[in-house]
Amino acid sequence: MTDASLRGGEPTRRWSWTDPKLRSLVLQGLLGIFLIGMAWAILANAQANLARQGIASGFGFLDNSAGFGISQTLIPYSESMSYGRAFLVGLLNTLLVAFLGIIIATIIGFLVGVARLSDNVVIKALASAYVEVTRNLPPLFQIMFWYIAVLAALPNPRQSLGFGIQPLLNALGDGAAAIGLAPLGAALKGFAASFGTPGVFLNNRGLVIPRPLFEAGSDVVGLALVAAIVLIFVLARWAKRRRVATGQQFPVFWTSLALLIVLPLIAGAATGFPVAFEKPELKGFNFAGGIRVIPEFVALLLALSIYTAGFIAEIVRAGIVSVSKGQTEAAASLGLKPGLTMRLVVIPQAMRVIIPPLTSQYLNLTKNSTLGVAVGYPDLFAIFAGTTLNQTGQAIEIIAITMAVYLTISILTTIVMNWYNRRVALVER
Amino acid sequence: MKRILIAAAGVLALSAGVAKATTLDDVKARGALNCGVTQGLPGFSSPDDKGNWTGIDVDFCRAVAAAIFNDANKVRFTPLSAKDRFTALQSGAIDVLSRNTTWTMSRDTTLGFNFAGVMYYDGQGFMVRKSLNIKSAKELNGASICVQTGTTHELNLGDYFRANNMKYEVIAFSTIDETVKAYDSGRCDVFTSDQSQIYAIKLKLTNAGDHIVLPEVISKEPLGPLVRHGDDQWFDLIKWTYYALLNAEELGVTQKNADQEVNSANPEVKRLLGSDGKFGEGIGLSNDWALRAVKQVGNYGEIFDRNVGPNSPLGIQRGLNKLWTQGGLQYGMPIR
Ligand SMILES: N[C@@H](CCC(=O)N[C@@H](CS)C(=O)NCC(=O)O)C(=O)O
Repeated sequence: MTDASLRGGEPTRRWSWTDPKLRSLVLQGLLGIFLIGMAWAILANAQANLARQGIASGFGFLDNSAGFGISQTLIPYSESMSYGRAFLVGLLNTLLVAFLGIIIATIIGFLVGVARLSDNVVIKALASAYVEVTRNLPPLFQIMFWYIAVLAALPNPRQSLGFGIQPLLNALGDGAAAIGLAPLGAALKGFAASFGTPGVFLNNRGLVIPRPLFEAGSDVVGLALVAAIVLIFVLARWAKRRRVATGQQFPVFWTSLALLIVLPLIAGAATGFPVAFEKPELKGFNFAGGIRVIPEFVALLLALSIYTAGFIAEIVRAGIVSVSKGQTEAAASLGLKPGLTMRLVVIPQAMRVIIPPLTSQYLNLTKNSTLGVAVGYPDLFAIFAGTTLNQTGQAIEIIAITMAVYLTISILTTIVMNWYNRRVALVER
Repeated sequence: MKRILIAAAGVLALSAGVAKATTLDDVKARGALNCGVTQGLPGFSSPDDKGNWTGIDVDFCRAVAAAIFNDANKVRFTPLSAKDRFTALQSGAIDVLSRNTTWTMSRDTTLGFNFAGVMYYDGQGFMVRKSLNIKSAKELNGASICVQTGTTHELNLGDYFRANNMKYEVIAFSTIDETVKAYDSGRCDVFTSDQSQIYAIKLKLTNAGDHIVLPEVISKEPLGPLVRHGDDQWFDLIKWTYYALLNAEELGVTQKNADQEVNSANPEVKRLLGSDGKFGEGIGLSNDWALRAVKQVGNYGEIFDRNVGPNSPLGIQRGLNKLWTQGGLQYGMPIR
């Protein structure tokens, strides 16, 4: 307590109930002890009940072999591996669909949000229709819709649709011939013949693409890519410093793009293009070789991105509208073009309104990915809180782990977004 | 810290004291048996458009209700997916799970259950499109397979394909409708489940005639009712209702003649139907418990024939499910 009270020789004053600070401290302490005691009692009670019913408990099951197959595995997995491994496979599948979903939803959402403010009536109406339709249909329904639509539209593996350089060049050749450029058409078709059969196939088992096989020398190409990225950073800083000092602009974007393409290309040419492609081939029931994107994933990704984009569009629109018209007019009077006004004046100010609600959309998308169970997408929820729980019966442990994982993903997302928010937040002067 | 321990111990002691009412008491107090079944599998447990449930698994629960309440309709059916069924039984949401569930060691031991008997001896099979021209499961290398998650089938697939050095892609759905729809729409080459269930599911396909069931049976699937650990009287009641249905068939006691058979001279029949001995008391019921069950639901053979037998839409032969006296595996323990 204060020095005065100590010196005043009034030690009882320290424990007085009339001191609100002390009182609240004591009460909070008691509440804390009570809560911990409750939690402990619940846990002990559950443990005792499980033991009495002869239900296994503890986390030892994570080492037992899982025994079931999984249709999409980003890391090597087989039935003889452990439940712990199956958990990782499921977690990666969840992260994959959530990460890609967030990126796609953000892109669509920003485009549609800006389009809703367009002066073009048709674009505006289309964007409004998009928002109304996607926001108002339940996400589970949209997942089922895409799954059934995707499956129904696609042929079986033996009648796969093939895509590749060859059909594309052939089509171009036909087009050239049709508009009277016969020699060019013939050349294109001749060039097409030098490529093999198509390497990309689409059927009701998914999209199959060639798998790149990196041979000796490909690390040089990788290094070139890293070098390009480093160079871009250096370039950007240099350009900024020069602009601040002299006011001269430098085309950073185009130079960066060129660096990103040219450097690896040179490295590739020098090492004789050390990347081969394993082409998918129809063998028996399905395509063997290559990489396959399963329809369950496509349906879930499409549905989640499109659904969430509807909400993001509204958030973006609200953000842009919140920036006062005076800002745009002021930018115009300084001679900034409309595109630059949007990029340099409006969007940065809109961002601070957009980011907090955007974060909760990202969290929603991640949580909605558990709806993939309905179409058999092997995410964490299906693999772990579904199959593994059923197989082992260890509901308490598994639900606790699953909750902890989703909580962690959400908290990490929030931390990243808050950090970004602080960076773009308007600094009041 | 001491106080917390005391408080916790108090909570524990309390909960232990409260949890002592038996399942039978609970069921009687509630006035209905809570029975877990499928979400719809013709022949085993499926609701009609008025919500009336039929099937051999349903009839078993009705027999239990008849034995307890003298009313086969005092059953509340809870439809459960394969994935959710065990949690429902563990948590006490249902009193008995009668849902074509395979009796396995891990379910019997680590999940905390007791299996009461085998209503249907089955095995896992495969269904494919006729147009694939496949005659044997050994030709399934590389196939995509639709299966319901939370079943023994998921695990058997892993075993069978590894043992035969074949690859496969498994797509696991949580409900039977989703599984069947995916197979029907061409997502999978193969549908797999217990063979009896394949026949039931075939009836649901757009063109039942376009599909065939392969000859291989890759596993043992003894399907039967189960209860939670910890209430032996309730376990006995379920187990002996099952045996009573088998003994009734063996002794020729049917739904029709049960009332006359009470006066039968055969001591085995008399013990079964309660005119001799006090066997019902041992499971907390009156001694004519089995008479009530058989009179209202029929004996095992009648239940089988009505729901899945040759004259039902499923048209399944008795096979392994014949009584032991006729070369099958069904064997009722003696009531004495
Ligand atoms: N006997 C197997 C499978 C039981 C099972 O769930 N079978 C599926 C058919 S593959 C079923 O009955 N589904 C009906 C439903 O989910 O409502 C087991 O106990 O794991």
